[in-house]
Amino acid sequence: MLERLRYRLRYISGTDIALWIVAALLLTMIVVGSYNILTEGRYTGRQWLDFVISGLAQGSIYALIALGYTMVYGILFMINFAHGEVFMSGPFTAYFLAEYLKQKGMFQSHPLLALLLVMLLSMLVSTVIAVSLERLAYRPLRGAPRLVPLITAIGASFFLQYTFRGLYTPGFKAYPEVEPLKGTWVFFPNSLHLEIERMLIAVFVSSVLLLILLYAFVQFTKTGRAIRAVAEDQQAAALMGVDVDHTISVTFAVGGAAAGAAGVFYALMFRQVNYFMGFFPGLKAFTAAVLGGIGNLPGAMLGGLFLGVFESVGPSLFLEGLGVPAAYQLKDAIAFTMLVLFLIFRPTGILGERLAKRA
Amino acid sequence: MKKRWFVFMALVLAAVAVGLVACKPKPKFECTDPKGCVEIKPGEPIRVAAALVYSGGAASYGIDSKRGIEIAIDDLGGELLGHPIELVAEDTQCNPEGGQAVAQKLAADKTIVGVIGTTCSSAAKNAAPILSEAGIVMISPSNTAPYLTDPATRAPFYFRTAHNDKVQGKVAAEFAYNELGVRKAATIHDGSVYAEQLAAVFAEVFQQLGGEVVSQEAINVGDTDMRPVLTTIAAKGPDIIYFPIFNPEGPLIAAQSKEVEGLEDVKLMGADGLFSKEFIEVAGEAAVGVYLSSPDFTAFNPERYEEFIKKHEEKYGEKPISAFHAHAYDAMMMLAEAIKKAAVVMEDGTIYIPRTALRDAVAATKDFQGVTGNLTCDANGDCADPHIAVYQITSATEWDTTDPNKSPVKVWPK
Amino acid sequence: MNTPLRAAFRAGLAGSLIALHLALVGMVEAFNKREIIQDTVTLGQLLLLGVSIGTALYALQLIPQERRATRDGWLTALVSVSVVSLTLMLLSLAIQTINLRFMFQNASKELVRILTFHTPGVVGLVKLWLFILVGGILGVGYLFVPRPWNRVLSIAAGATLIMGVMRSIVTPLLPDLLVDALYTASGLKRIGAVVLFVLWSAILYTYPRWKARAQTLQTLEVRLGPRTIPLPVFLGIVVLFALPAILREEGSYLFEVLDMVGIYIIMGFGLNIVVGYAGLLDLGYVAFFAIGAYTMAVLSTPELPVVREFLTQTIGRSTLNFWEIIPIVIVISLISGVLLGVPVLKTHGDYLAIITLGFGEIIRLLVISDLLKPILGGAQGITGVARPTFFGKFVINESWEYFYLIVITIGIALYISVRLRDSRAGRAMKAIREDEEVAKAMGIDHVAAKLSAFATGAVMAGLAGALFSSRLYSIAPHSFNVLISINVLCLLIVGGMGSLPGVVVGALALVGLPEVLREFAEFRLLVYGAALIIMMLYKPEGLWPERARVSPIAKEVFGDRLQQLKIE
Repeated sequence: MLERLRYRLRYISGTDIALWIVAALLLTMIVVGSYNILTEGRYTGRQWLDFVISGLAQGSIYALIALGYTMVYGILFMINFAHGEVFMSGPFTAYFLAEYLKQKGMFQSHPLLALLLVMLLSMLVSTVIAVSLERLAYRPLRGAPRLVPLITAIGASFFLQYTFRGLYTPGFKAYPEVEPLKGTWVFFPNSLHLEIERMLIAVFVSSVLLLILLYAFVQFTKTGRAIRAVAEDQQAAALMGVDVDHTISVTFAVGGAAAGAAGVFYALMFRQVNYFMGFFPGLKAFTAAVLGGIGNLPGAMLGGLFLGVFESVGPSLFLEGLGVPAAYQLKDAIAFTMLVLFLIFRPTGILGERLAKRA
Repeated sequence: MKKRWFVFMALVLAAVAVGLVACKPKPKFECTDPKGCVEIKPGEPIRVAAALVYSGGAASYGIDSKRGIEIAIDDLGGELLGHPIELVAEDTQCNPEGGQAVAQKLAADKTIVGVIGTTCSSAAKNAAPILSEAGIVMISPSNTAPYLTDPATRAPFYFRTAHNDKVQGKVAAEFAYNELGVRKAATIHDGSVYAEQLAAVFAEVFQQLGGEVVSQEAINVGDTDMRPVLTTIAAKGPDIIYFPIFNPEGPLIAAQSKEVEGLEDVKLMGADGLFSKEFIEVAGEAAVGVYLSSPDFTAFNPERYEEFIKKHEEKYGEKPISAFHAHAYDAMMMLAEAIKKAAVVMEDGTIYIPRTALRDAVAATKDFQGVTGNLTCDANGDCADPHIAVYQITSATEWDTTDPNKSPVKVWPK
Repeated sequence: MNTPLRAAFRAGLAGSLIALHLALVGMVEAFNKREIIQDTVTLGQLLLLGVSIGTALYALQLIPQERRATRDGWLTALVSVSVVSLTLMLLSLAIQTINLRFMFQNASKELVRILTFHTPGVVGLVKLWLFILVGGILGVGYLFVPRPWNRVLSIAAGATLIMGVMRSIVTPLLPDLLVDALYTASGLKRIGAVVLFVLWSAILYTYPRWKARAQTLQTLEVRLGPRTIPLPVFLGIVVLFALPAILREEGSYLFEVLDMVGIYIIMGFGLNIVVGYAGLLDLGYVAFFAIGAYTMAVLSTPELPVVREFLTQTIGRSTLNFWEIIPIVIVISLISGVLLGVPVLKTHGDYLAIITLGFGEIIRLLVISDLLKPILGGAQGITGVARPTFFGKFVINESWEYFYLIVITIGIALYISVRLRDSRAGRAMKAIREDEEVAKAMGIDHVAAKLSAFATGAVMAGLAGALFSSRLYSIAPHSFNVLISINVLCLLIVGGMGSLPGVVVGALALVGLPEVLREFAEFRLLVYGAALIIMMLYKPEGLWPERARVSPIAKEVFGDRLQQLKIE
């Protein structure tokens, strides 16, 4: 026993010690901050609950985007920087359909049908963008050094952003309100009286649904098996008769469709679309995907929710107790700090990586 | 080889000869202006630069302003004193290096008469001294930082049609304390120079009046989920939340504040960055009851703004996309007016614009009937109409600034 | 290979898409405001002409080579551009009949007027067709003009147009008399265009002869103390140092641009060590740039009372000057390089990228935050940054003066890069880049190698930041966003990863060019994005790739077998 410990101790490097010190410092700050704020009793239990709920809602959006991100990464091992723009293209285009339907009165008479149409158009546009992106920009670069497709993706991100800005508008467009999704539902009216907005629930439920759908698709269909095979080993898959190009296209299509759907939810929840809307959520979604273990579908979901909640609760819980002014401004800093900590101590994310092995 | 040389020399000689023939002697005009004069020969354009933001997250403000300038040029008939007006667009971005690069570029171009810009105060900080050094008048449609017109730091050729934060923040605080009678305030800014300064001025004045600022929070541009920050504020129990930020974060705060416990009855107040129809489009019914400070539209002919909007929709196929189009329109009109006053017109149609004289003409602007009010430039370069009113939104669907009794309703001064 | 008609339609379709894109994002309309040659051609028209020439050339590429310079070639080219013009005609008709503007804000009547040359009805459409056809003829005509002339004329035309487009850069360098003769306020005069075209043709036609001369020039050397350097390099250095002083009046904008390019070159050298040598993909490089800039600003501005108080108590003076701060900048960025380097030692690849991206964001958020406002100035930024002075008298103020400082810093960064590349430490970094596990097994101290790469890179970025903030006199937190990191990385790759001259070329291409085209800023990033994609597709190794280098020792040991060994 002692022998073993001594053996382990010998392999602790200076780096590890430095990392532990950093982690310990951060943890102390977190604990002290939380302790202060909790003992002070500035927020009621109900308010903490509110933080968590809004965090879950924001997290669901991250999760929806992260699912597409993680699929593409899982198969190509490439950061598709332009995924945020795929996410933007759909709802931005579908806005015009929504506006048209609103003017024709369909949004008022058959809101859910109208919403479905908008959703379908959005998914279609995002899918087309994602697939053509793969076909025109990424496919010729397969096998190139990994920085090359990354730069291409960055270029594509700019290109798409400014294309859509030029086509539609550099300003914001406001999505119409959907009557059935307005207002709140009350849970446990007698005991807790938890009042949650319908929109939040819709987003949460649909992200779970999408996860299940994608998971089933990857796990149980023939194409899904092909995707997993390609993710595992492209050459071997090709030898087994899998059409690699086609499979990768399908992956992009599925990721694009998911992004298109996510985009409409985003637009409904925050009531606005513009050409820049994909950039930061895209960055966050990628963070979420890494957090959950990149290439792992349930991981992306979990990572997204976790990130959302952390961003929402973190500033009040950790920072305010330390006397930080305007703590909410630093929520992204908290998110990234946590990401750094996570990657140092559990580099493969919450659930571990690889599309092929786990999901 | 010999032949090649011969061809070359012949061609060069021909080119030089043609070049010399093309040069004509200049007409005589004594320019005594210390900063020099712009000479515009017949048929040559009067060149005005639109040094605004066209890329990145703040682009919609810049493009919005640029459209205002373009409409102003259309209203002038595209020409001034018989010369076409040419608008040179330059992207200052929203940072000092962009402002400096553009200012250097414009300063080196001797044909530039005046500059409308910049969008961001941080860019103006660097651009204003360089342009002043070169003797180019600069009128900003959207800079609000007090620094720029502070007598100690002001660049002499700098003017603006947007409101100094000090003025607007003070009005907001006085309105809140005296008129609404609230005593506990919270502020939210978005990390922009405009919002941070306004929030700070508001807090300072509010405290001077005797009120208490219970919470000073901040969000980031691009944030969408405001519930956490609103929950934080709710815990402090303010009577009013002052959020002088922009679209779309502003309406999101209004919309989501209704969903946060403890904020149902809190009053909300924003500034002119939010004063546009987009606010109610995004905020929906939550917009009702929100106070917004803005130039007083009843102080002048209100139909002009509606007319402006009509032209805008016709030209660009959409409504104005942000808050500073009208300020830009006024800036261009003011500049045109000053050029008319300062320019020396020769017989052959050539005009000379002495730079210092142009600056003095802009500085002398008084009771200029603009779309944003009656503009009068003070000694420090602040030209915005000092009459700031507070409006209250009373309808989630209607937006009419021509009638003081329709939403938004003017509630102060009475 | 395709039949001529198939090729024509394929190319025509691609060209149509591009033309539609350009028209609907508003580029045609915006560029149309800029006249390149007075009363003759605008930049918007050139854009369409370019698409049409490109379409014709692409169509020709698709048919077998031997058929290109025949009637088939003509047929292919002209049909393909006709497809493009048909698309544009349909677009104009669509705009006139239905309200496309509901969705596409740039589908305006003005666009139709531009496309049809302000002529209503069928005549306008025919004009459009003829105009596009000209492009096709120019494209295919290239094959029919005899040999040196086709190159000479097309390059001369291009050069002339570029001189028209870059009016703002070119005119300050020319004497006023010449400018008046050649240029209008926005572009070239007709006469000027003709003169320049003829001049360029002449120069290009006689170029081969000059080239022979130039080659003998290259063999000349200049003796400098114990060393000799080639004459062209020597002349280059002389010009580099003489030019700013000569052009200081007219060239203030030129040096403004070159200063920015120079600052990016310094950062490029730094990141090259991190990414190019050590293979650590750093997406948060802006963090060190910000640290350098803020160190310079905070310690020298009179604005921040907290810092002033602190400095007065510790050293008895409220501010430091430029030269005192520079060593502090070096030390602080070195330390922060190590501090940020330690956590990422154990991560690789994309995780490393995302962590460093996070660091960049954290630094930016901290800088902008209310929390650190008393020390860092918050959202309002800092004004009153120190400018360098010599002997308390001569103050560096203007952009051309800073240019010297920047060139010298580039020289130092270059020296460090070159020495590092050829040193043991540099080879250790490269070994880690190739295979970390193997490198470790070979006894390379990977911690030291990685940290020293990070630290060296950080110092260079810190210095660049210090120069940046001093040059600007005031800085704002919004300047330090993730786009800077991306830009530096892109310039490395566009120039050629690991290649030192590539850094310079990349910075000129990605920082200098966009700066010149600032007035089309609405489309700057659009073009930037498209250029990155095209670049990566057709020239992924970069504009100036690194040559495989062989160490003298390897040459000695392996001799002739080197070729087979393929070292590096």
